[in-house]
Amino acid sequence: MSSLQTDVLVIGGGSTGSGVARDAAMRGFSTLLVERRDLADGTTGRFHGLLHSGGRYAVKDPPAAIECIKENLILRKVAPDCIEDTGGVFVVTPWDDPAFGDRFLAGCKNTGVPVHEVSVGDTLRREPRLHPGIKRAFTVPDAAIDPWKLVWSNVRSAQEHGARMLTYHRVLSLDVDGGKVMGAVLQDVRSGDEVRVRAEVVVNAAGAWAGQIASMAGCEVQILPGKGVMIAMNHRLVQTVLNRCKLPGDGDIIVPIRTTCVIGTTDVHVTDPDTSEITKHEVDFMLDEGEKLVPGFRQARALHAWAGVRPLFQETRAKDIETRDVTRSHALLDHKKRDGVGGFVTITGGKTTTYRFMAEVAVDAVCEQLGVQRPCSTAKERLPGSERGATYQLGARLGAREPLPQSEEIICECELVTRSHLDAAIARRETDSIDDIRRLLRIGMGPCQGGFCIYRATALLHADRHLDYATANHSLLDFLEERWKGLHPILYGDQLRQTRLDDWIFQGLFDVRHLPR
Amino acid sequence: MTEAVRDSLDRCVKCTICESFRPFSKVTPLFPGPKYVGPQAERYRDAGMSADHSVDYCSGCGICTQVCPQGVKIAEINSQARAAMWEEQGQIGQVQLRNQLIARPSVIGKLGTPVAPLANWALGNRTLRGLAHNLIGIHRDAAMPKFAGRTFQRWARRHARRAADKTVVYFHGCGTNYYEPAAGEMLVAVLEHNGFNVIIPPQDCCGLPLQSNGRFPAARGYVRRLVANLAPYAREGIPIVANSTSCGLMLKREAHEILGIEDEDLQVVSKQLFDVCEFLLFLHEKGELRTDFQPLPLEVPYHAPCQQRGHGIGKPALDLFALVPELRVIELNIDCCGIAGTYGLKKEKYDISMAVGEPLFRQIREAKPEVAACGSETCRWQIEHGSGIHAVHPIELLYRAYGLDSPSPALRERVGERVEKERL
Ligand SMILES: Cc1cc2nc3c(=O)[nH]c(=O)nc-3n(C[C@H](O)[C@H](O)[C@H](O)COP(=O)(O)OP(=O)(O)OC[C@H]3O[C@@H](n4cnc5c(N)ncnc54)[C@H](O)[C@@H]3O)c2cc1C
Ligand code: SF4
Repeated sequence: MSSLQTDVLVIGGGSTGSGVARDAAMRGFSTLLVERRDLADGTTGRFHGLLHSGGRYAVKDPPAAIECIKENLILRKVAPDCIEDTGGVFVVTPWDDPAFGDRFLAGCKNTGVPVHEVSVGDTLRREPRLHPGIKRAFTVPDAAIDPWKLVWSNVRSAQEHGARMLTYHRVLSLDVDGGKVMGAVLQDVRSGDEVRVRAEVVVNAAGAWAGQIASMAGCEVQILPGKGVMIAMNHRLVQTVLNRCKLPGDGDIIVPIRTTCVIGTTDVHVTDPDTSEITKHEVDFMLDEGEKLVPGFRQARALHAWAGVRPLFQETRAKDIETRDVTRSHALLDHKKRDGVGGFVTITGGKTTTYRFMAEVAVDAVCEQLGVQRPCSTAKERLPGSERGATYQLGARLGAREPLPQSEEIICECELVTRSHLDAAIARRETDSIDDIRRLLRIGMGPCQGGFCIYRATALLHADRHLDYATANHSLLDFLEERWKGLHPILYGDQLRQTRLDDWIFQGLFDVRHLPR
Repeated sequence: MTEAVRDSLDRCVKCTICESFRPFSKVTPLFPGPKYVGPQAERYRDAGMSADHSVDYCSGCGICTQVCPQGVKIAEINSQARAAMWEEQGQIGQVQLRNQLIARPSVIGKLGTPVAPLANWALGNRTLRGLAHNLIGIHRDAAMPKFAGRTFQRWARRHARRAADKTVVYFHGCGTNYYEPAAGEMLVAVLEHNGFNVIIPPQDCCGLPLQSNGRFPAARGYVRRLVANLAPYAREGIPIVANSTSCGLMLKREAHEILGIEDEDLQVVSKQLFDVCEFLLFLHEKGELRTDFQPLPLEVPYHAPCQQRGHGIGKPALDLFALVPELRVIELNIDCCGIAGTYGLKKEKYDISMAVGEPLFRQIREAKPEVAACGSETCRWQIEHGSGIHAVHPIELLYRAYGLDSPSPALRERVGERVEKERL
């Protein structure tokens, strides 16, 4: 068993953990980030993509709204490259209580969420597909935020400040000695090798899995995992974040993000945070709700469906409650104060929108445990990639190819990934998994869902990394299986046709079922 | 962007069939191909700044839409994206002014007709063409038609109408009116020979060149004015024939599908509109076409213009030619001549346009024919320019086969002396 030494060990490579790693590294702590899978492969990579303005919580949960708008404005400054400034609008549809509009306005004013009532006519001109029966409309500074870019730029920044990272390393146990967490034992899930890490402080940023980690130190942390389902549509039916103007409910937001728009979400209490099942009923429900915002939604092409699990912290341990009633504000647990276990901090709950603030308070707690005072600077320093200060534009990839549009091979045509993009990503990621590359490049995430690009990508991966055929075949099949999980719940209409064609390609032409592996 | 057109991108399964019929992207690296600029790029466009200007290199030939097995409205998506791009770029600048100018054939026609000798001299003058190339951006070598110096409308007003129990309306377009009035006169003669009373209502441009140059609002104005003149006849159930493939398609489909016009006038006109060859073939199928054709011992290469695919009528001219004794037809199998309306006139696109047309020109040259045949006027001008072979509308061959070119004095009077002079 090899061993490593660090000041701060961060468990969980989602938005929270990557934010903590960056903040700790920037405050001068030697930092190690560990993640059992790939970065942003937990809830962060399966969320809705909304940089909240706070509008959603203005009536129901004012402290959350205040936190959201504060962080929204900060992230626009420090992470603009991860954000597309789509703007957001709350609309009162024929299914919503018209009186809620006034409560909403008042709530936004009280919490400092910038809100403007706009005319229905202007709103419909701006979003021609919106339900023509809407009665009122309010604009707010919602935006879209790309989870992979966000996590990767945080990790890159952390690394620039000396942090190390181990992905595909699972925490097996925590070493507890004399009322203090001394470190952890990790397992490299690909090789099976174990690593012992000695750390001054361990930060548990394992999201919906934070309860599992805490129990390794004998601390009881109750997380109510709340599963939410989302469906990405094939193109942007809307260009602004659309919210129903009502108390937060299911299927009431459509977020235009990158080349798609995503409807979501639901909230179902589950026992296992690794649950990812999507039922027909959930899909149907989502499409019905979509019709209320955008008539014809059911006829539009669905691209992919997935589920994420909310890390809702529950201190009261009450059973069978509607999980949406738990506050969205985060939970910071200093286990020394709470459970008498030193060197251990849990940061969970919250939202991606507030990840930076969560990281800040977590590292403040680390400083306190270590008895040092080091100021946080993440609210001021821009993330790598965001130096120019410009927000992301939808047309960026298209525009980049303009000077000579036929000049280079495109590997993934839907998401415009070129051969040099792919080669660079393969070199940088040092991975044999195409799914890891996908999270970096969005390869295989467009309409054909990998039907035409994944065999090309596999060939390049095979050549670039000198893989043996079994490993290459594995990579291809793993990817196809991953994609299939998100396709089978929405096999209707145009995507069914595409899937049939893809199936012919992979089963008919390549006979993938019988690939040697 | 009309939502229905954009929505059709959902049907794309990436099969790449449209890319294998892509006359333009084969010859220029500046145009990435129909799938790319159509269903693919559309996902990257929002109401903000257009990120891709390469869509301007799409010629609008429309082949992609026709070959797509899934029903993606590729060409229509491209037209709308181009229009959005032009709108963004505003009206100022050489390219914009040039496009405004060449997109208004009826205005040019009205200006050029009274001074035809001078205008034609200017069009043939290297120095002036060089100036136009540099100052306006119209390529110095591009095929420009010659003004006839008279209009078809004027002839039509004087032409004695024939009492007949069958009536048809003729939509002749700007090409016939200002540049090839004789072609219109021959068409009228052919229809009259078949016992029709041919009504020729006053008419202006159909707006197609404005549409293909991204000037949608102006194009809509032209369409509305034109269909207002044609609709009363259409409502009476009178068929309307067109001899310009692309202008006919504009009224049949594009004004609705690309410009998004929903007017009732347009709807009735679309339903009654026929390509003239399509119309004659229908007559023949009903046994109503006169087949008193005389032998026409010619070997004629025939090019079906790209836009004809949009009509969904196959190649009716071929069936009509088959009725003419001794007329041998070489069916050309090249998709596009490269002109694409006004595309090949533009100085930055002329070379691309000629490269696209070259295989077609070669086939025609190799056949060494007396004439070639094609239903679209801009394609004919391009074919003549590229191959050096005179190109005529299929109707002209029928006209000759009917013997209408050596008629009785009475008929000669009706058709007009000038036909003789301008023919072939
Ligand atoms: C359906 C849904 C929609 C949402 N939409 C939005 C939204 O639009 N906007 C917004 O701001 N927020 C949204 N949220 C909330 C937000 O996504 C989450 O709060 C946030 O992603 C949590 O990030 P995290 O880093 O805390 O957790 P995660 O991203 O889940 O990270 C925890 C990581 O810990 C790892 N881990 C677990 N166990 C171990 C172990 N033993 N060893 C090593 N690693 C381990 C996991 O693999 C995981 O990657 C949404 C949440 C859900 C469920
Ligand atoms: S032919 Fe149609 S379905 Fe095939 S790639 Fe082109 S647009 Fe897509």
